[in-house]
Amino acid sequence: MPTRAPDRAPRDLNQSATTGGVGDSPTRPDGSLKVKGEFAYSSDLFMDDMIWGATLRSPHPRALIHSIDVAAALKLPGVYAVLTHEDVPGHKFYGLDTRDQPVLAVGQVRHQGEPVALVAADHPETARRALKLIQVDYEVQEPVVDPRRAVFDPQCPLVHDDGNIVRHQPVRVGASPDDPAVRAQCAVVVSGEYEVGIQDQAFLGPESGLAIPAEDGGVDLYVATQWIHWDLLQIAPCLGLPEEKVRMTLSGVGGAFGGREDLSMEIHAAMLALRVGKPVKMVYNREESFFGHVHRHPALMTYTYGATAEGKLVFADVEIVLDGGGYASATPNVVGNAASLGVGPYVVPNIKIDAYGVYTNNPPCGAMRGFGAVQACFAYESMMDKLAAELGLDPVTIRQRNVVAQGDKLATGQVVEAPAPVAEMLDTLKALPMPAPADTSDLRNLPGSTANATHGEGVVRGVGYGIGVKNICFSEDFDDYSTARVRLELLGDTVGALVHTAAAEVGQGLITIEAQIARTELGVEQVSIHPADSSVGTAGSSSASRQSYMTGGAVKTACEAVRAAVFERIAQDHGRAYDDLSLAGGKIVSHAEGVIGTLEEVLAAGPIEQTREYHHHRTQRMDPFTGQGNSHTQLAFAVHRAVVDVDVELGLIKVVALDLVQDVGKIMNRLSLEGQLHGGSAQGLGLAVMEEIQVRDGKVRNPSFTDYLIPTILDMPPMRMEILENADPRAPYGLRGAGEPPTLSSTPAIAAAIRDATGLDLRRVPIRPEDLTEGRTDA
Amino acid sequence: MDFLRPATWAEALTARAERPDAVPIAGGTDVMVELNFDRRRPGALLDLNRIPALRQWTRDPDGTIRLGASVPYARIIDELRTDLPGLAMASRTVGSPQIRNRGGVGGNLGAASPAGDTHPVLVATDAVIEVESAERGVRAIPATEFYLGVKRNAMAADELIKAVLLAPAKGPQQFSKIGTRNAMVIAVCSFAVALDVAARKVGAGIGSAAPTPRRPFEAELFAADALPWDSRADLDPRIATRFGELVAAAAAPIDDVRGTAAYRRHALSVMGRRTLTWAWREHQSSQSCQSSKELT
Repeated sequence: MPTRAPDRAPRDLNQSATTGGVGDSPTRPDGSLKVKGEFAYSSDLFMDDMIWGATLRSPHPRALIHSIDVAAALKLPGVYAVLTHEDVPGHKFYGLDTRDQPVLAVGQVRHQGEPVALVAADHPETARRALKLIQVDYEVQEPVVDPRRAVFDPQCPLVHDDGNIVRHQPVRVGASPDDPAVRAQCAVVVSGEYEVGIQDQAFLGPESGLAIPAEDGGVDLYVATQWIHWDLLQIAPCLGLPEEKVRMTLSGVGGAFGGREDLSMEIHAAMLALRVGKPVKMVYNREESFFGHVHRHPALMTYTYGATAEGKLVFADVEIVLDGGGYASATPNVVGNAASLGVGPYVVPNIKIDAYGVYTNNPPCGAMRGFGAVQACFAYESMMDKLAAELGLDPVTIRQRNVVAQGDKLATGQVVEAPAPVAEMLDTLKALPMPAPADTSDLRNLPGSTANATHGEGVVRGVGYGIGVKNICFSEDFDDYSTARVRLELLGDTVGALVHTAAAEVGQGLITIEAQIARTELGVEQVSIHPADSSVGTAGSSSASRQSYMTGGAVKTACEAVRAAVFERIAQDHGRAYDDLSLAGGKIVSHAEGVIGTLEEVLAAGPIEQTREYHHHRTQRMDPFTGQGNSHTQLAFAVHRAVVDVDVELGLIKVVALDLVQDVGKIMNRLSLEGQLHGGSAQGLGLAVMEEIQVRDGKVRNPSFTDYLIPTILDMPPMRMEILENADPRAPYGLRGAGEPPTLSSTPAIAAAIRDATGLDLRRVPIRPEDLTEGRTDA
Repeated sequence: MDFLRPATWAEALTARAERPDAVPIAGGTDVMVELNFDRRRPGALLDLNRIPALRQWTRDPDGTIRLGASVPYARIIDELRTDLPGLAMASRTVGSPQIRNRGGVGGNLGAASPAGDTHPVLVATDAVIEVESAERGVRAIPATEFYLGVKRNAMAADELIKAVLLAPAKGPQQFSKIGTRNAMVIAVCSFAVALDVAARKVGAGIGSAAPTPRRPFEAELFAADALPWDSRADLDPRIATRFGELVAAAAAPIDDVRGTAAYRRHALSVMGRRTLTWAWREHQSSQSCQSSKELT
């Protein structure tokens, strides 16, 4: 047990004020706290005797370290400790899947911002000053910054000794695209080169947390993460501690989007706390945050498609290079997604895909909402439009002629087993009313808005479509199960349920849904959510749009076990068996006999608690040579139509409409769901027109919210949405993960609309004003 | 770091003279960012928020508006949009509502960033910056002479910005700015134009496309000469286009994270063309209104 808890530590979130089961829209228990600024984020944790940790980071993307002199920093009054890799108590390397990342740099650095040394001091300012006194003798080397060179040039310097390719995943279906027999079937062949810049998760709560040394020699960690138990597996060995001596509690998470799958300050704060014997708090500022987490992989993609005169795809020849930067992080799995979904939700008889993830000295990249599928989606949807233009077909028609339906096969050979009415979804989308022409009497309706760049001059409207398909839950034989503990007990004279999981609420609304499930399954109103911590089994990661499915499934299963235990007790009490019982309104109801008891009576004998694991059906690894295999757990589809006004003379953009049709299987909570669909679409809009970490020679040029721009309310239009509920029979309640698919489809839809307005062949996102005005002479 | 809080303007000037290492702070929308990111470690902050005169604007007997250095942008937009339309339009593009409630023109001038949103209007309208020191008293610096380089201005170490003197608009004014987002964005480049109808002059200012804001003199002279002042006829598009070209030619932009030099030049030419067209159209309609009033 934790020795002491900090101020503003997470507490049970009592949802007695709200009601509502599965399908209702209760408000979230942390909602009003957040709106009023009272919610405790991990950066708000506090203890009277805590000290502050800070991180010295490499200014160079690639350098050897000959020596680190900490003497001057240690002499600064107020400094408690200065640590380097020599002070790491256990393993010196960690990593999500590949343990290639040093806790603190050992002899070299592989990206700008890599942690080199740590300071603990009485004040953050003292700690910052001490960092400046640490002398690091760097031998700067030429960074590896060209990911294609990292793949194809045998002379390219190695970022890691075992080669620059982290994963190469081919996909081979049918005959080779170069086969003359294949080419002979094609009426048209089109090619495109596409590029996706580095997008950042840009969560608002920077990396932060508190480490408290415990009397048993262990440490209590209060941190904001996406997966407590996977962190624990990486942290404990580096601290040289058994896992039970590292106790983790999820603190308030200020957004994640994949950026908290990798560790940041956790091992560092724990090292300092264990060394000094005092609680240590670390909080990154915004600039440091840009170096404190991985980003979305930038991608270089080359596509060639062949099709018949009717627009039926004949072959796809695809190369995707994803730049993982200095460390592997999630790169292997991002490559798996990009490869398996490389041609998206389309039936293609002959496929050759080669997806590569590489090491370079660029910023490290890993998980971000959409995870490899986003990059491919921009390319394959751009290709569908290119093919449509070549054949004189409508963009919706070309998609409908090729899109998968239930029973069809993906590029991996995996059969789409659940309903997949994508062609019908496009019809629904196309039938949605189009927005009215811009009302130019209000500048806010025009590109540039109140900056007064146009009064309507140069503004051209364009329309574009995009389809996204995203794998839900972890793929490729990963058993990302979830655990839930549900306790039903008498609280005074009412019955309450307590739901305890280790699942990370990162803003997506999981805790609301957990309570809804408990209410529905147990027929009680009062449900509390225990803070997520490592005293219960793993819940898997809050990523891959999987928590409603997996932890929702675990809560449902644990509730069913609690319910069975209730029925067992009443059967014992009554001395007879029933086979027609249900729980409703705190009563035990027999279908034949009516109410036969109350929960109060049953629970008078003591609480009932059950813990259950929930596993999804087993998946397969992709074949290393052909990419074939039933690799995905579930597939989810979204289709977007973007309407964009472009000031073609200035290259400024106003997205007028971003309408969406998505199949979610089951609407668990419409309010929460719509928030996810809005947010996912907005993040895709950001990638389409503004969000990019700009890098030159391995160095980040815009690590701030002044120059890394995310969409505002004047950039994001109101959305019209049609949400479908075609159940997936294998998923709890038939639901499908919903958070990621709209992030995929919104980017290519917007890009297509801008192409429609400008006639330009835009091959790169984000699309910058100069991309639209280059070569114009209409000044 | 000391925190100095003078209660009067005289005390502020004394503190400024005694502490050359002090950084004046009013709204703090620029200074606090520099401090938070540790880009600046001044020996002291000189807080000007207790001096009410800095947050007031008054009208001199000759009509000149004396705008206190700390009058927030939100009030310029609300209270001065008729007298100073160009400045109000530029103020509307500054940051977020919160920033516009805090920041004022004095901060733009003190920071002297090439991207400051109000600079093009100040140079285009011949604004005068009034600075003062305890030792030498008041000094009036024309806006065109105020900016010396990137984040450098003409102030001495012991001077504070007191007010900006601006003439009420003598004709239509326009301000236009390019940002890669539709709100809360630093200028990629910006442009202001002001017509002086009686004097038949055109003032213009370029922002964020040179080390300092600058006036495109050739463009101004061309437009003053080419505009059909007598006939009040529709503007020949070729005149607007030529004006835009001359504006672009006067800029000296660079490539940076916010945009390329080539794009900035191109955008300035478009903004020059459009804003002159809008200003002229407004001039035409105000003239015709006056005429129709006279007729009735």
